Amino acid sequence: MPTDSQKMPNNSPPLEFKSGSFAVPILLLFTNDLTVIGQQLHEKVDLAPEFFKSSPLIFDVQELNKQNLDIDISALVIVIRQAGLLPTGIRGGNVLQNQIAVDLLIPVYSAHSIHITPTDSQKQKQKITVPEPIVDAVITTKMITRPIRSGQRIYAAGDLVVLAQVSAGAEIMADGNIHVYGSLRGRALAGVQGNVNARIFCSDLQAELISIAGTYKISDDMIDIVSKKFVQVYLQEHTLIIENIE
Amino acid sequence: MTRIIVVTSGKGGVGKTTTSAAIAMGLAKKGHKTAVIDFDVGLRNLDLIMGCERRVVYDIVNVIYGEATLNQALIKDKHCDNLYILPASQTRDKDALSQESIGQVLEELAAKEFEYIVCDSPAGIEKGAHLAMYFADDAFVVTNPEVASVRDSDRMLGILASKSRRAEQNLEPIREYLLLTRYSPERVRIGEMLSVADVQDILSLHLLGVIPESKSVLTASNSGTPIILDEKSDAGQAYVDIVDRYLGEDKPHRFIEEEKKGLLGKFFGSK
Repeated sequence: MPTDSQKMPNNSPPLEFKSGSFAVPILLLFTNDLTVIGQQLHEKVDLAPEFFKSSPLIFDVQELNKQNLDIDISALVIVIRQAGLLPTGIRGGNVLQNQIAVDLLIPVYSAHSIHITPTDSQKQKQKITVPEPIVDAVITTKMITRPIRSGQRIYAAGDLVVLAQVSAGAEIMADGNIHVYGSLRGRALAGVQGNVNARIFCSDLQAELISIAGTYKISDDMIDIVSKKFVQVYLQEHTLIIENIE
Repeated sequence: MTRIIVVTSGKGGVGKTTTSAAIAMGLAKKGHKTAVIDFDVGLRNLDLIMGCERRVVYDIVNVIYGEATLNQALIKDKHCDNLYILPASQTRDKDALSQESIGQVLEELAAKEFEYIVCDSPAGIEKGAHLAMYFADDAFVVTNPEVASVRDSDRMLGILASKSRRAEQNLEPIREYLLLTRYSPERVRIGEMLSVADVQDILSLHLLGVIPESKSVLTASNSGTPIILDEKSDAGQAYVDIVDRYLGEDKPHRFIEEEKKGLLGKFFGSK
């Protein structure tokens, strides 16, 4: 039986939301001197012009705000653009800075996934950090009350709560946690944007596949899991742990 | 008010057309003006099961293209005055149908004060099946007690819940009913078949009825008499129960347990 309903002219949706994680360079700023920033950026870009040409960039002003150094966001955006980069996000900004960014159609990201130790900060002063996954700041919960059937896909930008069963052949995904109060027989992928702290909670785990932030287990790896027990799944040192909740 | 019922399954050969013919006849015999539409353009079968294949002049594609009026294409059933059959075309394919044109046909039937319109879906999840279910108010999901059929039914339920008119317009969802066909308690007992409980556990769906595996279904199909008219057969009785339950009667489920036949029953029991 054909399973690809997308080919049907009457059935094909005009668009579809998919989740994906991208590696985007993040620019950590330790000075509010726009001239210095401009010079440094041009030097960096000149080292690898093809790599940086029209590259998306998220700029991080958390350190500046810690030191109470104010920076003109609109001027900063111009400086970044002049260097040939495309600013696509701000991180660690205060309310005013975030508002200015939004007015400039630049999205705001939360700052909780960066770890800067004081000893590192000197070294990092002059470099663009290695790409790391973006974690969305907005936490919303999507609630599903009807069974999710084979072939259906559900994606939640925050947490996902399912108050019914998830059939074999169905796929549920969330940037945050997944809760299933019913039999989970399909695939469940939590933390799809890279949130390693996401968890899956389930009252009856019979899943085809479970995944947190890309680390997964298939049902063959879960033969010893007793069904109809309340369990939670979390990530510990790159390993998925399935644990009964009593 | 017209109620549109789709008889669907995903998988082929599970008893959709037999069920469509039976419940359409059952509803009509209860006094409701009923139409049954064959959506399987290119693989017309319903007319055979209903025993009207010799009276087909026009079909649904002729109506859609304006080559015949709906009245000309509707075939009045020979057993029941309340029942009309709208056959599929055997010479065209499913591309001859469109969502808009089907909507118009259904509206015209509603204007003729049909109380129930039964849509006999083709197998699969492609265009024909999509059009058969799109306008439905109620869905009879026909499933055999085996894993492939159950999975395909589950897939179909997903499509009902996301791609029907009611889903797209955010109306009250389609009411879904499970019909378990070709059920054999003996084979369930020896583990060859999924039980009612197994199927309900996987599909979590309201069970409208169980139709037992029965030789009389084939006989009825070949003679062009809907099985529901064979009151002696257990399959016929099961369909009577299903129509009654659908219309709101509270009838206990039958044919789920093995019958304990006495000596006389073994000789004279009807099958």
